[in-house]
Amino acid sequence: MSELEAIILTIITASTPLLLAAIGELVTERSGVLNLGVEGMMIMGAVCGFATAHLSGSALLGIVAALFAGFAMSMLFAFLTQTLLTSQVASGLALTLLGLGLSGLIGESFTGVPGVKLAPLYIPLVSDLPFVGPILFGQDILVYFSLMLVPAVGYVLLRTRAGLIVTAVGGNHHSAHALGYNVIAVRYICIGFGGACSGLAGAYLSLAYTPQWIENMSSGRGWIALALVVFATWLPRRLLVGAYLFGTVWIMGLYVQGLGVAIPSQLLSSLPYLVTIAALIIISRNKTLTKINTPACIGQPFAPER
Amino acid sequence: MEQVDADSSPIDGTENASEFLLEARNIVKVFGPLRANDNVTLTLKSGEIHALLGENGAGKSTLVKIIYGALQPTSGSLLWNGAPVRIANPAAARAMGISMVFQHFSLFDALTVTENIALALPGNRNMTVLADSIATVSREYGLPLRPDALIADLSVGERQRIEIVRCLLQEPRLLIMDEPTAVLTPQEADRLFITLKRLAAEGCGILYISHRLDEVKRICHEATILRHGKFVSTVKPQEETATSLARLMVGGEVAVVKSGETAKSGPPLLELIDLTLPTDDPFGVTLKNIDLRVRSGEIVAIAGVAGNGQSEMFDAISGETLGNEKGAIKLAGEACGKENITERRHRNVAFVSEERLGHGAVPNFSLSENIVLTHHATGDGVVRKGLINRSAATEVIGRVTKVFDVRKNTADPEARSLSGGNLQKFVVGREIALKPKVLVINQPTWGVDAGAAARIRQALIDLARGGSAVLMISQDLEEIYEIADRIAVISRGELSPAYPADEISLERIGLLMAGTQDELGDNGELARLG
Repeated sequence: MSELEAIILTIITASTPLLLAAIGELVTERSGVLNLGVEGMMIMGAVCGFATAHLSGSALLGIVAALFAGFAMSMLFAFLTQTLLTSQVASGLALTLLGLGLSGLIGESFTGVPGVKLAPLYIPLVSDLPFVGPILFGQDILVYFSLMLVPAVGYVLLRTRAGLIVTAVGGNHHSAHALGYNVIAVRYICIGFGGACSGLAGAYLSLAYTPQWIENMSSGRGWIALALVVFATWLPRRLLVGAYLFGTVWIMGLYVQGLGVAIPSQLLSSLPYLVTIAALIIISRNKTLTKINTPACIGQPFAPER
Repeated sequence: MEQVDADSSPIDGTENASEFLLEARNIVKVFGPLRANDNVTLTLKSGEIHALLGENGAGKSTLVKIIYGALQPTSGSLLWNGAPVRIANPAAARAMGISMVFQHFSLFDALTVTENIALALPGNRNMTVLADSIATVSREYGLPLRPDALIADLSVGERQRIEIVRCLLQEPRLLIMDEPTAVLTPQEADRLFITLKRLAAEGCGILYISHRLDEVKRICHEATILRHGKFVSTVKPQEETATSLARLMVGGEVAVVKSGETAKSGPPLLELIDLTLPTDDPFGVTLKNIDLRVRSGEIVAIAGVAGNGQSEMFDAISGETLGNEKGAIKLAGEACGKENITERRHRNVAFVSEERLGHGAVPNFSLSENIVLTHHATGDGVVRKGLINRSAATEVIGRVTKVFDVRKNTADPEARSLSGGNLQKFVVGREIALKPKVLVINQPTWGVDAGAAARIRQALIDLARGGSAVLMISQDLEEIYEIADRIAVISRGELSPAYPADEISLERIGLLMAGTQDELGDNGELARLG
C-alpha cells in the first residue's frame, strides 16, 4: 500500500462521520430546528452500535442499533422542544451532556473489549485493482451510504414537494401553518432523520474508524458537523465539499507532523478549522443565495393558536 | 383586463337548501379574560361582496380565522350551504372552497412564485405545468406575474397578486380578504376591485375586511359591523354615509383633527442633501440621491408602498444606519451624517420607529424603564451621574399618560401589556414630551383605533405649529392628506420632490408610488419651495 493510498483512505475515514452527522443536521435545520445535541446523539450511536455488534457479533446489527439510538435521542429532543416548547438551545446542550454521560455508563463494561470491525466491501476483480481498487471499491457500506445520501438529500430538498414543504416550514412556520401544513409533524420527522444520521455517524466511529469503545470517542465531531452545516449555507453539495476539505486538511496536518516538520502542533491542529471556514466563506460570497437558503425560523419555537 | 363579462350569470345556490353560502351563528371566542367574539352572527350569499367592519380589536380577525379554520370557536356554529360544519384547520377550509388572502402575507420570501403557489395546492404538481397555468390565470384576471421570480424581489402589490392568483387557482367558493388595499397604490386598488367584482359575478362569495369606508361603499353589497367583539348590525353600505358607518364602528362621534393655520415657512431644521446609502441586506433597498428639506412649523409626509426604502430612510435619519457623508444629513443646520443616535438626540431630535413593540419599546420592560431608554441622553433629569432617577421617569409617564390618555391597568405596567393603540400613544407621547425641534415618525397610526389615531395626529400638528419640523413616513394616504403640509413620494429608494398637499392629486401620488413619474412630465421644480 503506497503512502498516498494510505493518506486517501484515512481522509475518507476521517470525513465520513462528519458528513453523516452533518447531512442529518442539515435536514433538521432546514425545517427550522437547531439541534445542538449532535455530539450526544453521535456518542450514543457509537456506544449502542458497539455494544450490539459485540454481543451479537454482527456489525450490521450494530449499525441498526446505532441508528435507533440516535433516533431515540432525537425524539427526546423533539418531544421537549416541539411538544413542550422548551428552548432548543438549552435542550440541545442538555442532550449532548446526557449522551456523553449515558454513553459512559453503558460503555463501562465494554471498555477494552474487542470490537467487531465493519468489513469493507469486496467486489471480485475491481477491488483487487492497484490503487483505485481499495479506494473506490474497497470501502465499507457506511462510506458508500454517506456519499449516496448527500445527493439524495439534495434532490429531495431542492427538487421535490416534500423538500419544498420542509423548506417552507423552516422559512416561515406561520405561513406554512396558515396553508394547512402540520409544522410540528414536519419538524418531528426532520429531527428524527437528523438523529438517525448522527447515530450512523457514531456507528462509523465505533465499528469502522476505531473498532473499540473509548469513552468520549466522538471528541467534538458533533460540533464540527454543526459548524459545517452553517458554513455550507444549508446546501448539501457544499456540505460534501466542506466535510471532505476538513478531513483532508486534518489528516494532512497529522501527516506533516509525523514527518517532523517544524510547525507548532497547535497551529496544525487548528488548520482544518481555518481552511474550512475560509473555503466556505469564499463559496458563500453570494449573499442572496445564502439568505435564500438560510432557514429564517431557525431556533424559534412554534405553537399553533388555539 | 377591464372586460368583465356582463352576461356571465352568477352561479347561485339554487341546488342548495339554504340561500346562504355561509352562516356564522352566535359565534363566541374566549381568550383568557378577553371575549374576542361575543355572540357574532354573519351571513353571506354566493356572488356577494360582504364587508366586515370594525376598529382594531373589534374581533374581525378572530371571526375570519374561525371561518378559515385557524381557530375553533368557544361556542356557536358555522353553516356551509345550510349544513352545519366543523372546520378543523385551514386545510379543511380550503378543501371546502374557502380561500384567504392574508393581511400579512403568508408567503415564503426565499421561494419562487411557482413554489409558493405549489405549496398552497394539493397533490404533487409538475412545476412547469403549474408555471404555465399561473401565467394563464394571472393574464386572464389582469394580475401579471412572473412565475420564476423570487418573492423577496417583488413589491408588496405583486406579492398580493400572488396570494390572489393562488386563491383563484383553487377555484374558491368563498374568498376572504383581510385589509387587501392597505398596501396598494390607488391604481392597484382599482385593479383589485375589478378582479373582485368579476369574481363575485362568477358566483364567488367575498368577505372583505377593511377600515376604508369609501372602498366599502364602492364595492360591497352588505356590511357587518363589529364593536368590542360584539355584533352591531348588518347594513347596506350604499345606503349609508362614511360618517354613519364610522359612527357604527366607533359607537360615538369620531374626533375631527384640526389642522390650524398652514405653516409659515421657517428655517429648515432637517435637511437631507443628496443622501445615498447602499444596503448590505440583499432584500433591502438602496437609497438614491435623496434631497429633502423640512422647515420649522411644517409637517412633511413621505408616501409610498411599503418596502420602497422607508425603513432604510428612517434608519439613515435616526442614525441607526450610518452613512459615509457627514454633510448628507443636517439637523438644525449642522452636518451630523456620521453621528450616532444619542448624539443626534442631543440635538433635540426625536425618533419614533415603525415597530412599537420590540423596537420602539422593550416588551418586558416597564414604561418607566422604557422612558429611560430614550430619555437618558436628553432633559427631564431621568439619568443623573449615571444613576437612574425613578421618580423623574415616573413623572414623565404621568405627563404622557395624561396628555395622551394612555389607558393602563397599573401605574407602571410592562410595555407589552398595553394594547396597540395605547402603546403607540405612549411611544409617540414619550418623544413629544421632549418638545423636540425635529420629530421623525414612521407609520404614526399603524394598527391604531380611530380615537387614538386622531389624538396622535392632533399632537403632530400641534408640535409642528409650535415651531418644530415633523417628518412623517406613512402608507395611509387619508392620514397624509389630513395632516401633511407637503407630500413627497418614495419609490425604489428614490424620493420625489415635496409638493404642497393641496397641489398634488391622489392620482398623481399613486403614479409616483408606482414609480412612473416620468410619464407625466416632472413639474417638480415649480412645486419645490426649498
